[in-house]
Amino acid sequence: MNQLISLRVENKPGALMRVAGVLTARGYNIESLTVARTLDPTLSSMTIVVDVDPAMRSLLIKQITRLVNVVEAVDLTESVSVCREMALIKITVSPEMRSGLLKEADVFRARVVDASPTSYTLEVSGAGEKLDALIALLHNYGEIEMIRSGAMAMARAPMTKSHKAFLEMSGRREEIEAAVET
Amino acid sequence: MSSLMSGARILIESLVREGTEVVFGYPGGVTLPIYDVLYDHPLKHVLVRHEENACFAAEGYARATGKVGVCMATSGPGATNLTTGLVDALMDSIPIVAITGQVPSKLIGRDAFQEADTFGITRGATKHNYLVKDIDELAQTIREAFYVASTGRPGPVLVDTTKDVLISQTQYHPAKVIEEMRGYEIRREPGGDEVEQALQFLWKAERPYIYAGGGVIASGASAELAELAEVLDAPVASTVMGLGALPSSHPNFISMLGMHGSYAANMGVTETDALIALGVRFDDRVTGRLDAFAPNASVLHVDIDPAELGKNRKPDIGIVGDVKQVLRRVIERLKVTKETLGSINADPRRQWRGRIQGWMQEHPFEYQHLDDEIKPQYLMEKIAETSGGEAIISVDVGQHQMWAAQYMKFNGPRQWINSGGLGAMGFGLPAAMGAQCGQPEKTVFAIVGDGGFMMSLPELATIASNGFPVKIVIMNNGWLGMVRQWQELFFNKRYSSVEMDCFPQCELLAESFGIKGRTVERPAQLDEALKDAMAEPGPYLLNVKVSPEENVFPMIPSGGAVNEMILQPPAPVSVGD
Repeated sequence: MNQLISLRVENKPGALMRVAGVLTARGYNIESLTVARTLDPTLSSMTIVVDVDPAMRSLLIKQITRLVNVVEAVDLTESVSVCREMALIKITVSPEMRSGLLKEADVFRARVVDASPTSYTLEVSGAGEKLDALIALLHNYGEIEMIRSGAMAMARAPMTKSHKAFLEMSGRREEIEAAVET
Repeated sequence: MSSLMSGARILIESLVREGTEVVFGYPGGVTLPIYDVLYDHPLKHVLVRHEENACFAAEGYARATGKVGVCMATSGPGATNLTTGLVDALMDSIPIVAITGQVPSKLIGRDAFQEADTFGITRGATKHNYLVKDIDELAQTIREAFYVASTGRPGPVLVDTTKDVLISQTQYHPAKVIEEMRGYEIRREPGGDEVEQALQFLWKAERPYIYAGGGVIASGASAELAELAEVLDAPVASTVMGLGALPSSHPNFISMLGMHGSYAANMGVTETDALIALGVRFDDRVTGRLDAFAPNASVLHVDIDPAELGKNRKPDIGIVGDVKQVLRRVIERLKVTKETLGSINADPRRQWRGRIQGWMQEHPFEYQHLDDEIKPQYLMEKIAETSGGEAIISVDVGQHQMWAAQYMKFNGPRQWINSGGLGAMGFGLPAAMGAQCGQPEKTVFAIVGDGGFMMSLPELATIASNGFPVKIVIMNNGWLGMVRQWQELFFNKRYSSVEMDCFPQCELLAESFGIKGRTVERPAQLDEALKDAMAEPGPYLLNVKVSPEENVFPMIPSGGAVNEMILQPPAPVSVGD
């Protein structure tokens, strides 16, 4: 089962190798991995999606936390989190299909970031499933070349009192239950 | 006033500032600048004959003294040869700092002569590692390496240093005290509520059982372990890493548990209702089949490494902390509670001790003594007798290791040195050199099999050249005994590639290295031979020919449960009946 791990690591050579090493040493296949600097330039954040035996999940988090360069490792698999992904999609499209394609892209809030007489390049972000759906649709328009960033995840912000009160008034119980407790 | 100093000199000065007394190493191309500094530096360097043994020797030093062991090797093959020792130290949580040279920064990645990706290769072989490409980071990196190696769960740390760092010069500023490392937090003290939970757990136990491991030795908690055992009147079983944590003569000591553990220790762990696991990791050689291990027990697990809690067995109470600190707090509360409430469960606990005693008497470690053959167990008993529990015993890996673990006596911790987790053959002899270096006043035995001895043969030169008075005892059965035992029991006696023929003549071998040696094969010769070895001021090589097909019992087959324990060899079938 895919596990969603969010990490803060020291921005030092070898930090990525250490984290990836814990996963590869156990024969786990990394589905996606994103890494970039945080607001604090001495730290990087990482989001990893990796296929892990559910029984090994908490051990894996502990063993990653144990690494000297890792400041924090959180399992977001079952937490309330915001998880987004970005894709760049270049599609070869015939002149008569171009306007149809743009309408379709609009539905998914994909933006054109490059255009040529024979192709468009779209930028789109969202949940992984949304990207999958768009890509499936675009196959109808022409040949596709695509690159995906992999998931970026963040725990949902804790709910404020006033927000909670508002949700209660509106009878939106599920959202209260799903929110992170302060 | 600081003055200009080369990287090589900064390195050596930094090692000395960390308290390094001795470096085990082997020079090479890129470490030439370091060896040039060592040429007239008071820091002692022991030239080993193979880099793997530099790391094993550093481990022997660390295990015998509790200090950080230091080893050094050149780039490429020097560094790769260290890796077995590093993994060994990682598995057994032994503090090591390994220094390796690396090709000049500008050549990295160009397949330079003796270039290897040491940083990458040792990633999984170390607790942490560093690649230093800036001379101004060298001193602080060495400080951090020692800090990481020796704190929390100890382990090996490697510092790979490029040649340009070693030869360039800079203003030397000694390293600053480490106040915080953001990615490295250690929790030593338990929380107050955890102490109370532990107290409740121990208080209501009717059949308490202490399972003590290497963590007790690493944290220096021998006195606390003894006190806990006495306050609870609980039996103490040890892992192969924990031997010596409690003196062998302590009335509560019931020897080793696990695959080749004592009957009492294994029955005890099966019957206990309160398993007190201290500085252990529920290793498969201890637990056998996990679901059959301590099936009737609640578990209290104390370890400094949070990743150990629940790794193999989910504890009912898990406390992250230094065993010594945790036990101090718990014992204090136990005593106060005992004073105010009096003892509880006195009767069940007395009965429990009685049952343990019964198991001890029913099946002690036993073997059949012969007059014309030296049984390996007899050899171990004789060495134990000779050492009086005072010697340091460094062993290799295999049958002799298990017999030594069963029969040897220790008066205290850090006398038993073995490759517990990794089971690295070739460990015993170089580790004994390191132990002797760290404890020059103590008698050090290297007890090795004939297989492992051949792996560390070149170190006879190091021993002879340095005059380390190590007493090497080869338990020579002519086989790779443990593998042969498994082939006998599980592979229908198809002895495949386990015969160790062509063993050198030991008297000649010893003589050629300029040390004394002798071979014995009859029990009657053993006392005198050991006495001679002890009387010899220098090293001694004693080759003891033992019964070739003796097996180690009791034995729990791999993956088996404790109740599948084989106590004795099957009775011989008499021909003609």
